[in-house]
Amino acid sequence: MIRLTWRQFRAQAAVGLGALVAVAIISALTGPHLAHLYNTAVASCGAHGDCPAVTTAFLSNDSSLRSGLGILVLVVPGIIGIFWGAPLVAREIEAGTIALAWTQSVTRTRWLAVKLVVIGLASMAVAGLLSLAVSWWGSPLDRVSMSQFGSFDQRDIVPIGYAAFAFALGVTAGVLIRRTLPAMAATLVALVTVRLAVTSWIRPLLIVPLHRDLALSPVSTGYGSSGSGLTFFAMLFGGGPQATLQPSPPSIPDAWIYSTRIVDKAGHALTSRVLNSDCPGLAAGRPGPAGGHARAHVSAGAQQGLQDCVAKVGATYREVVTYQPASRYWAFQWYELAIFLGGALILGGFALWWVRRRPA
Amino acid sequence: MSAVLEASGLGKRYGRRWALSDCDLSIPAGQVVGLVGPNGAGKTTLLHLAVGLLQPTAGTVAVLGGRPASGPAQLGRVGYVAQDTPAYSTLSVADHLHLGAWLNPRWDSHLAGRRIERLGLDPRQQAGKLSGGQRAQLALTLAIAKRPELLILDEPVASLDPLARREFLQGLLEVVAEHGVSVVLSSHLVADIERVCDYLVVLVASRLQVAGTIAELLASHHRLTGPRRDPGSLPASLEDLVLAYMSRAAGAGHHGPPRPEGRP
Repeated sequence: MIRLTWRQFRAQAAVGLGALVAVAIISALTGPHLAHLYNTAVASCGAHGDCPAVTTAFLSNDSSLRSGLGILVLVVPGIIGIFWGAPLVAREIEAGTIALAWTQSVTRTRWLAVKLVVIGLASMAVAGLLSLAVSWWGSPLDRVSMSQFGSFDQRDIVPIGYAAFAFALGVTAGVLIRRTLPAMAATLVALVTVRLAVTSWIRPLLIVPLHRDLALSPVSTGYGSSGSGLTFFAMLFGGGPQATLQPSPPSIPDAWIYSTRIVDKAGHALTSRVLNSDCPGLAAGRPGPAGGHARAHVSAGAQQGLQDCVAKVGATYREVVTYQPASRYWAFQWYELAIFLGGALILGGFALWWVRRRPA
Repeated sequence: MSAVLEASGLGKRYGRRWALSDCDLSIPAGQVVGLVGPNGAGKTTLLHLAVGLLQPTAGTVAVLGGRPASGPAQLGRVGYVAQDTPAYSTLSVADHLHLGAWLNPRWDSHLAGRRIERLGLDPRQQAGKLSGGQRAQLALTLAIAKRPELLILDEPVASLDPLARREFLQGLLEVVAEHGVSVVLSSHLVADIERVCDYLVVLVASRLQVAGTIAELLASHHRLTGPRRDPGSLPASLEDLVLAYMSRAAGAGHHGPPRPEGRP
C-alpha cells in the first residue's frame, strides 16, 4: 500500500521537491551576503554609535525577497491542502477508480490511513524544510527588525502544523464533498477561516499576558482618536470619534504588545470627561493624531499645552502595557504547532471513520 | 456447494427512493450468473452491496459466507470489475499490474503477465490511452489475477463495440473454464447473458423478479405460457422469457410472478 501511495504521489512529490530546491538555491545565493552584511555593519554599529541609520539601511536589503519568501511560507500549507489533500479521495470518486482501489485485498480504512500518513508526513516535511530555509535566510533581518511575533506564522515550526492541518482538512473536504473542485474551494475557505480565528482569538489567550506599568511620558504621548479596528465600529454605532490621549507603545524588544492603555490606580480608563476637566484647552488646539512625525507639524504652543496636559493627567494616571515578552516566542510556537497537529489528527480520524461507514 | 451470494430481505434506500428492496436470493457456486434488468432496476446497487462498496439499508447479504468487504481476506476472495471498467489514466498497464501485486497477497503475476501479452497490450502504455475494450481487458486481468473465488462484473461490455464485446466474453469463459471461478455478470442486454450465462437473475424496478438456471426457467416458462410448439426443444427464447417477466412486473406493479424453484 505504501508503494502504491508513493507511485500515485510521485509526480506531486516531484513538484514539491522542485519548489524546495528552488527556495534552497535562492537562499544559498543571497543568504550568506545578508549574514556578511549583518556581521560587518550591524554587529559593530553600537561601537560607532550610528545604529538607527545602519539598521534602517540593512533592513532595506532584499526587502521584497523577504516578504516574498514570507508569503511563500504562509501559502504553501494552503497549496498542500488544496492540491494534495482535497483531490486525494475526491478525484478517485470522480474518476470511478475508488471502486478499483476499494475492491483489492486491502480495507479502505488501511488504504486511506496509509495515504494520510505518507502524504501527511511529506506535507509536514515540505513545509518544515521550507520554513527552515526561510528562517535561516531571514535570521539576520529578523534579529534587526525586532518583531519576531510579526513574522510568527512564517518562521520556525508552526508551518509544519499548518501543513499537516491543511492536508487533513483537504482530505476530509474531499471525502465529504466527493467532488474535487468544490472540495478544493471548501478547503481554502475553511483553512483561511481557521487560521484567522486561531490567530486573532485563540493565540492571544494561550498564555496570560504580562503587564508593565509606566509613568505617562509627556514626550511620547500624543492626542487623537485611536486607530484600532474597534474604533471603526465605535464610530459606526457610538457616534463620533472618541478623542483621547494616546501613549506610543514602549519599545520592548521582540515583544508582542496587545495594548497600551491609560488607567488610574483603581484600573479605570481615562475618560474624556476627566481629560476635558484636566486640560480644558486641549480639544480646541487639536494637535492631531499621535506619533512623532505628526507632532512636527503642530505649533510649538499647542505642543507645550499637550505636554503640560500629559504631565497633569500623569499625576493620577499611568500607562499600562499588556504584552507577551520575547522569551515566550518558542512557547507560542509549540502551542500553536500542537493545536494544528491536534486538529490534523482529529480531521484524519474523522475522515477514516467516515470512509469506513459511508458508501463509496 | 454453498451459496456464493445469499441475500435476505436485502434493501438499499437513497433518500426516499428504494434502489433495491426486499431481495431474497441464493446463488449457488459454480455458475455463471447473468443479472439482467432495465437501466435503473437496481443491478449496480445489488452488486455494490455484494462487494461492500455500499452498506445495506435493510436485510443482509453474505458473499461466499462472509460479510462483503469485512476484511482483507474477504476482499481477496472476490474480484470486481466496476461499471465502465475504471483505471488510473496516468498509470501505465505495468503500473496497474504492480498495483494488483502490491495490494493482493494471492496475486498471480504469471497469469497477469501472460494475459497482457496475449491481449497484445503494451505494458508501458498509459491506461488513459487504451481503447475501451483494452481497458476492460485490463480491468478483467486485475480482477482475475488476484485469484478470487467469485468474479463480479458490472456491465463490463456495455460500452464496447460488438467485436470487443465478443472477445471480452470469450476471455471470461476461458477464465471460468481454466480456474473454475463463479461469476456474477450484469447486463441490460439479454444477448450477452445468453452467450455466457447458465443462471439468470431478473431485476425490475428495484425488485427481484426471478432467479434460476436458464434451462429450468425456460422449461417453467413454457409450462406457464402454453403448449410446446416443437416437442423436445425449448420453445421460448431467453429474450422472450426476460421480456415476459419485465412486462409482467410493469403490469403488476411491484408484485412479480411466482418464482419457480430454480435451485439445483
